[in-house]
Amino acid sequence: MFLEVLILIFLTAAALWTVMTRSLLRSAMGLALTSAILTVIIFRLNAPLAGVFELSVCAGLIPVLFISVISLTQALTYKEALEHMKSRFARFWALPLIVIIAGIILILMNVKLKTKLPLPESQADVRFVMWHLRQFDLLGQIIILFTGVFGVVILFKERKKSG
Amino acid sequence: MVSGIFVVLVFVIGIYCILATHNLIRVLIGLELLIKAVTLLIITCGHKTGNMALAQALVITIIVIEVVIMTVAVGVVLGIHRHNNSLDSRNIRKLKG
Repeated sequence: MFLEVLILIFLTAAALWTVMTRSLLRSAMGLALTSAILTVIIFRLNAPLAGVFELSVCAGLIPVLFISVISLTQALTYKEALEHMKSRFARFWALPLIVIIAGIILILMNVKLKTKLPLPESQADVRFVMWHLRQFDLLGQIIILFTGVFGVVILFKERKKSG
Repeated sequence: MVSGIFVVLVFVIGIYCILATHNLIRVLIGLELLIKAVTLLIITCGHKTGNMALAQALVITIIVIEVVIMTVAVGVVLGIHRHNNSLDSRNIRKLKG
């Protein structure tokens, strides 16, 4: 229990650092760290397949995507960065306070989750659930993947120069 | 229900990030944090209710959708940067319909 709470505190701290840090590159790395800590929690809650997906895709692929877009966009000049830093502090100083106050309020509220009985053994296998009970989800995933592919193709299509 | 508290905290951090920043990449990072909170919530609920297989299936679906959304969103952000030479959301308020 203590270890779980400690990991969850690390997760929140990593998320906070991701948002609070000034550099976008560090922010992307913070996101990867948050995903990695979330993977540890997922593994500890006995969900290895979801953990593998979270680690390889969310902690690996998506930060790389963010780092690529950061490197492709133009950096701020020194003067712009200085002004940005000042306005950034004004906007973000309240966040740690909000997180701490929200945490205290939630602990005082002591919300309980209503639990149900577990499913029968035949439905307790993730492969069975994915391929037999949630077939429509797979269809949706395929449609979304194709939508994404077409979206990227349209976004990066070279336009013909008129005249 | 300790995890529930941290789910709410990560969600608050993500929402704050989206609301407080003007940088489009940071908005996407905030969106990612929201998805992380939802993932944690689903896994926790699956663990508590004993429906871990269903929770894993839902998380895998979420991750697939997340990747597609991020890829397209990054493409949109790059397109905006190409047009405006800036990632500031205040510079894209005057859109031509």
